[in-house]
Amino acid sequence: MLIAASKTSEKATLLIKGGHLIDPSAKINAPMDILLRDGRVAEVALPNKTRGSADEKFDARGLIVAPGFIDLHVHLREPGQSYKETIATGTAAAAAGGFTSVCTMPNTAPVVDTAEWVHWLRNPERAAVVNVFPIAAATRGSRGGTLTDFSALQRAGAVAVTDDGKPILDDDVMRMALRLGAELNLPVVQHAEDTRLTENCSMHAGPTSFRLGLRAMPAAAEAAIVDRDVTLAQQIRESRLHVAHLSTADALKAVRRGKRTKARVTCEVTPHHFTLIDENVGEYDTNFKMNPPLRSATDREAIVVALSDGTVDAIATDHAPHAAHEKQVEFERASFGITGLETALALAITKLHREHKIPLTRIVELFTAGPARVFDLPGRGSLARGSFADVTIFDPKKRWTFEAAKSQSLSHNTPFEGWQFTGKVVATIVGGKIVHQIG
Amino acid sequence: MAGILSHYYRREPLRRRTPAAYDAPFALFQMKMPARGSLLGIEHLDAKEIMGLLGLARRMNPLKARPLLRGKRIVLLFYEASTRTRSSFEFAAKSLGAMTTLVQSSGSSIEKGESVLDTGYTLRAVGADCIVMRHPSAGAPHLMAQHLDIPVINAGDGMHEHPSQALLDAFTILKHKKSFKGLQATIIGDILHSRVARSACHLLTKFGVKLTLCGPPEFVPDVAATLAPGLRVTRHLEDALRGTDVIMLLRVQKERLAGQKIRLQDYIARYQMTTARLKLAKRDAIVMHPGPIIRGLELTAEVADGPQSVIVDEVHNGVPTRMAILARALGKAK
Repeated sequence: MLIAASKTSEKATLLIKGGHLIDPSAKINAPMDILLRDGRVAEVALPNKTRGSADEKFDARGLIVAPGFIDLHVHLREPGQSYKETIATGTAAAAAGGFTSVCTMPNTAPVVDTAEWVHWLRNPERAAVVNVFPIAAATRGSRGGTLTDFSALQRAGAVAVTDDGKPILDDDVMRMALRLGAELNLPVVQHAEDTRLTENCSMHAGPTSFRLGLRAMPAAAEAAIVDRDVTLAQQIRESRLHVAHLSTADALKAVRRGKRTKARVTCEVTPHHFTLIDENVGEYDTNFKMNPPLRSATDREAIVVALSDGTVDAIATDHAPHAAHEKQVEFERASFGITGLETALALAITKLHREHKIPLTRIVELFTAGPARVFDLPGRGSLARGSFADVTIFDPKKRWTFEAAKSQSLSHNTPFEGWQFTGKVVATIVGGKIVHQIG
Repeated sequence: MAGILSHYYRREPLRRRTPAAYDAPFALFQMKMPARGSLLGIEHLDAKEIMGLLGLARRMNPLKARPLLRGKRIVLLFYEASTRTRSSFEFAAKSLGAMTTLVQSSGSSIEKGESVLDTGYTLRAVGADCIVMRHPSAGAPHLMAQHLDIPVINAGDGMHEHPSQALLDAFTILKHKKSFKGLQATIIGDILHSRVARSACHLLTKFGVKLTLCGPPEFVPDVAATLAPGLRVTRHLEDALRGTDVIMLLRVQKERLAGQKIRLQDYIARYQMTTARLKLAKRDAIVMHPGPIIRGLELTAEVADGPQSVIVDEVHNGVPTRMAILARALGKAK
């Protein structure tokens, strides 16, 4: 059961007692108490050793306390598509999933390609429950032609630029974007898909697409773009390339090549790509249709290895809500994308931790310090003294069943309906205030 | 409802493929079942069900039919052009005493943007007992069947399946060959874009027919061999024809050639069925083609009209086969 957000926690100090702190940025993995004061972390101390007093206490016995999770890739659909999701409902879903910060994608209607729209997204009237960091369009209208005013967008609060949903295909435009990004220390996020190879395609090319008679996207359509972008990033000093929702083994090879040469290349992976494969599309289930598509078992294995060995910097959901009428249509006509905010941690614990034995510390890193580094979000992704009081508290052993009908999101397009998970968010604290808590 | 037809009445969920990623601790998400009698594809039928349908088809006589489906309303919902399939489903339905109505994309609300499901709900409300559906998008009949409580018959969905064609082809093969046992068959042409080929692959391999797929990689990608167990892919026509009992040709779908790096002249030179090439197969091999045939492209006129051609027979067998499908769909398979 949800407690009405923030009402009960207006007090300025909050002591989180008895929990086990995992803070990868500070290399802490031990029982610790944490005192939050005035929206910041005031003290991190051994159990019962905090000096300051607290108006309110949170009993975290048996729970993991972690820095607030950061999602580098969400679609909150505003402006323009509030029938799919709003900033209010999307951030409520984020809070329920343990995310204290979300980075919103600009492929809205209209596209977020001006400082005005960035301001609009950050306006308190949007009623966001968690921190919203806008990512602005890299080209005007995300049409891939003329670059937007990166500098003005950055001053307005954009943390990165992208044409997500579409790739920046033109070599010269991508080169200019990386160059301008380098001057401003602004990451360029690429949706890597050579659309010349994927026209009218609706899933990954393999035995399943052949069986279903669906036109399909070859893995090479992703790898080719990542390969080119890494080469550009190597050539342009100080440029920052971030590969969104990476899904193939070959694209990982390109990222590794970049990282070896010390180019500033980062990448994110979604929970569905480390969990599902193309076969799961079954008999045209549109809740398994997204872009990039579910890939082969080999790709999934490579992704799990890369999550474990540090090649991947962050887990990002690519939360993409769609209305029922956009999914209950022919597979080829259905919209790409699934919701993901409320199942991300559960999938990471159930699949990565329990099945693939990736330590919890690494999983927490992929949700916190990792993404904070990718977009340079100072004071986030860490619970060091002085950091923002964004905290995620979860029970790594709690078993539960996901029901989309109880989701905070406006849309219910999830492939995980009825799945039994281990690991559940217990409380989400943003700026020292509890915004989500289960009873 | 005893005997060989009883299995028609088993109500089974649509089987989902290899739930590899669904290993414990995940629960399977239940998909809504299509109404019994639905025929969405050959892939999920078993050999017994197929033999049951073929047996029923043999007992159907379009000229002396019994009005098994009197008073039933069958909608022929065609989002795509069709001559053979549409007319034979219509004759099949009328031979059994059913009423039919044809709904096509042009001249209906589909033109105005009505969704597949809304069209389905509308037809159901009008009183349809069964929908025979052709659609250019793979899986469209599955969508319909998962939301309606009346049987849906797939009359061809995109590049996916064309089950009634595979059944009438099987019916035709069994008229000319004693049984499927020990048979060798070859499908030549554009397998990638062909729903007829996919359904035929599923059907023939279920009976242990040794099946070879032949064509250039643009038409027969290596992945085609994964469609069913025991499939073989070859690029060489001579290799594909040696010792074969059944040759199935496919139309070269010119409308799908856009973007493909294949020249018609090269295809004709390497893969066209000619009288000379036909001699490579068994002497009593039959030549099949789902139609429409393009003389001078995938086959010569001599082959099309030759003694080994059963192309017209296939069309003829379409009616009793589809009578069987409709009788089964509406629970009158006696």
